[in-house]
Amino acid sequence: MTNTLHRFGKPETLSEDYIVFAMAGKGFNDEGALEKAQSFLRAAIKYNPINMGNALVNSLYRPEKNLSFLKLYFVGRQDKTTYEKLIDEMPGPGSAAAVFDNRNDVISFIQDVKKLDLGLSINVSALADNVRDICGEVDITPHAIEYTLGFHGDTTRLPDRETLSISTMCGHGMVSPNFAKKMVTHVKEGRIDPEDATRTMAKFCVCGVFNTTRAMGILKNAKKGL
Amino acid sequence: MKISKEKCVGCANCVPVCTVGAIYIGEDGLAEINADTCVECHNCYRSLSFEHLLPGITRTIRKILKKINLRFQPDPDVCPTEAIVPEDLEWPRIVRRAFSDPMVTHESTGVHGRGTEEVKTNDVSHRIKKGEAGVVVEFGRPGIGVYFREVQKATRVMAAAGARFEQGNPVTQMMISQATGDIREDVLDERVLSCIVEITTTIKDLTHTLNVLKEICKAAETVVSIGVSTICDEDGKEPLRDILTKEGYETGWAKVNLGLGRASNASITNRESI
Repeated sequence: MTNTLHRFGKPETLSEDYIVFAMAGKGFNDEGALEKAQSFLRAAIKYNPINMGNALVNSLYRPEKNLSFLKLYFVGRQDKTTYEKLIDEMPGPGSAAAVFDNRNDVISFIQDVKKLDLGLSINVSALADNVRDICGEVDITPHAIEYTLGFHGDTTRLPDRETLSISTMCGHGMVSPNFAKKMVTHVKEGRIDPEDATRTMAKFCVCGVFNTTRAMGILKNAKKGL
Repeated sequence: MKISKEKCVGCANCVPVCTVGAIYIGEDGLAEINADTCVECHNCYRSLSFEHLLPGITRTIRKILKKINLRFQPDPDVCPTEAIVPEDLEWPRIVRRAFSDPMVTHESTGVHGRGTEEVKTNDVSHRIKKGEAGVVVEFGRPGIGVYFREVQKATRVMAAAGARFEQGNPVTQMMISQATGDIREDVLDERVLSCIVEITTTIKDLTHTLNVLKEICKAAETVVSIGVSTICDEDGKEPLRDILTKEGYETGWAKVNLGLGRASNASITNRESI
């Protein structure tokens, strides 16, 4: 799973993008890891992560499989579950992720995780310099780092930068470029507002690493023609 | 994956949702899936919401509305008639789903998604050791897809250059020879959304490895995403950034393993106590 490694975008938008996730190594610390992964996500709740997920169960934003005419037009869409429900539903540790849009919350959360001493591997995906600063603040010496070297090969097949900035927020590629492009166009045409378009796209990212704040910013800029 | 002709009303909501553009509206006005292009990621089936309208009535309403220049259009993430139907997949087609559906766990590694742990659990696994670099080369990402026949072209070049393939990796598991980089014949025509080839090299040889990758990328017919990892020293410093900058790569975004993990399984702690 490198699903948070290759996010594309301008540094100023990436600077508000932090994914903190916990993972157990198969054969090393996977015994009892479910409860630990749940403790990790419960600790995150205090800092209001903008998204959360575990690919074994889905993210905060989800499709509704039992829509009806009455529900659609009189109750409305219910496409976001609660933190607690998501955590309780987890069938296994998988990769438990919480997404934040500001540095202070990440610092506080990592401080709490450090105190919890869960023994799971904890990773942060963000701009490298920001993570280094955070490590300094919480007095952690990082164990390892993995840099993205970006996209190579036949890059003429890639979509435009705006679309790519949105679609690469689901590293598994579940927010398809065509769908991201459709949402950008609909926002520009005033057929959907940026908030609804963001929620709609977030449902496709089952790991819950889609940064809704950043997506909304991109869509709002697109609406203004920026 | 297939779309039921009995249920589909041709709203086309599933068309842009497809991760590889395999869904289209056919001559009959109903959605179809190009089976060769489809990577069985299950995104359309899993993530579209389903409304359970009656297909016959819905088609009639659509036709009437069309006659008066109006349009029936459900929310963009809704299939109004639950027309998407998953199929039972057999070998080798099932390989598509194993690599493309993030909710499926790879049998070979026990890891979901693309089946790799890379450096994310390195604080407990110590796969990448001091002086080494882990290189992850992901073919088909973002959003383009790749056939294993093309991946094999790259793994052959890597093998000829002396690459050390990571054992706990699903692509390595499908190789019939790591010495030649050959992948088993029966999966070569299978297409996946992306797959990761993992190799381990030394920091000293990293520049050579990156040069080999540059040649592979020049010939690639798909997109290739590359990541490089290493472990940090006691002060949290690492030699990668300087090397990568010198080679002309930007080193902005990264994934950092904080080193808070520890091996705790009973089999390990018991062994240590003996």
